[in-house]
Amino acid sequence: MPFGLLKYGLRKHYPAQHQFTPSKELKKHYDVVIIGAGGHGTSIAYNLAKYHGISDIAIIDKGYLGGGNTARNTAVIRSNYLTAEGVAFYRESVRLYQGLSNEFDFNIMMENRGQLTLAHSDAAIRSFRWRAEVNQHLGVRSELVDRNTIRELVPNLRISEDARYPVLAGLWHKDGATARHDAVVWGYARGACQRGVELHQLTEAQGIEIEQGQAVGVQTNRGRISCGAVVQAVAGASSNVAKMAGLQLPIQSFPLQAMVTQPYKPLLDPHVSSPHVHVYVHQTSRGEFVIGGGSDPYPLYHTRATLDQKEKLAGSVLELFPFLAQARVLRQWAGTTDMTPDYSPIMGLSAVKNYFLDAGWGTWGFKATPICGKTMAELIATGRVPELIKPFSLERFYRFEQVNEAGATAASH
Amino acid sequence: MKQLCCPLNGLRNISEFIYGGEYHDVPDYRSCSPRDWSEYVFFPENKAGWVIEWWCHLPTSYWFLVERNTVTDEIRRSFPSSDLYQERVDFSRAQTREKQSE
Repeated sequence: MPFGLLKYGLRKHYPAQHQFTPSKELKKHYDVVIIGAGGHGTSIAYNLAKYHGISDIAIIDKGYLGGGNTARNTAVIRSNYLTAEGVAFYRESVRLYQGLSNEFDFNIMMENRGQLTLAHSDAAIRSFRWRAEVNQHLGVRSELVDRNTIRELVPNLRISEDARYPVLAGLWHKDGATARHDAVVWGYARGACQRGVELHQLTEAQGIEIEQGQAVGVQTNRGRISCGAVVQAVAGASSNVAKMAGLQLPIQSFPLQAMVTQPYKPLLDPHVSSPHVHVYVHQTSRGEFVIGGGSDPYPLYHTRATLDQKEKLAGSVLELFPFLAQARVLRQWAGTTDMTPDYSPIMGLSAVKNYFLDAGWGTWGFKATPICGKTMAELIATGRVPELIKPFSLERFYRFEQVNEAGATAASH
Repeated sequence: MKQLCCPLNGLRNISEFIYGGEYHDVPDYRSCSPRDWSEYVFFPENKAGWVIEWWCHLPTSYWFLVERNTVTDEIRRSFPSSDLYQERVDFSRAQTREKQSE
């Protein structure tokens, strides 16, 4: 590697490297059409091509690669959930994330800085203890920590008892991490394209063709494609795309607003979140503070900003880090979150044969990108639902078997 | 701040209201199947466009209906539930009847 780098440095020309397939005509037929070129869609394609020998795949997206919620999430990776099903699933995802840069030969800027969730009430301490026990039982590093430990972990946190909501304890999750979200989708897309997968941006799915209860094609603004299987991985538009296949999903779409401050020198090591004051914050490797909170109070398919929500976010983060009062906000944005009633995703088979669902990712989609791609690819290739994602089928809502992660999710991603 | 017109209290700040879900016909829970009931409870229409939904003005606990566009966030009208419900839906009476029959 150092020798190769030296040779590259001594070259006269540095031609641009094409990471993804240049745009070309759509073929008439593909084995698999994946709707949505985000982290999940490209991860499914990558896993199908690399591990299952299926590379006749078109990934279509009405926008551009990684331009939806892959670009809008706050890049938190963690597995400190509450249910055995949830913890097992996200634990595997965190493990895969650890090896992803090597697997891609492409740096996803993984940083293992841990996550600290704050308790401001006795009820929160009880639920944290419960989560710590479940996590430890399943091999996830979570523990309940006291105020002294919190002070050591985050010296800048306002921990005084005079605070409006004094910090009583914390759930310290050592496996918590962050990564560059764009790099994750680029890594997957590059790996998939190298193996023959075609990426078609600015290609909108406008209809799903179904014959005798089986998905056989996709109509796009660039013509019709016939295919053996269709996967929808369109966070923020799950209900609308599923409707094209005649399916209704237990989803309601809410905007979630976030913002980023000007850069500071390194001040904050772990990711800190507080479900009570509805805020989570971490400092990126560029020094910016990323601040996010709860979803908007009512559903909307729009990524507009509202002053009241931004005020709420700013007020909440100042509860924890008063020194940010001087910070200027550099950017703000919103993403559409597809919220499910139990705060768990919907993955797997649908009532339409060969139409696969990867939906309901609310505010927890980024962290599941590697494991979702792996398990969904296995399902599409073999037709068998992997054990890890069995509990997340759409059918669970008809059987009243929800996987309740509401407590471990609300404003703590 | 965005404002919403309450049929009882007039134009108020949106922060005084809470969203209460889409308006649906309620299936008869005594006769409908568990599958139909789960669809009613868990599966919203989540339509992009004009929808009718429940809202509550919190300080006065007044529930009413709003026609709103879920793409543009425009509000076309708000109206009292009495426009749609001519009769009172009495759940508690139905429940006691069920208990008696047990």
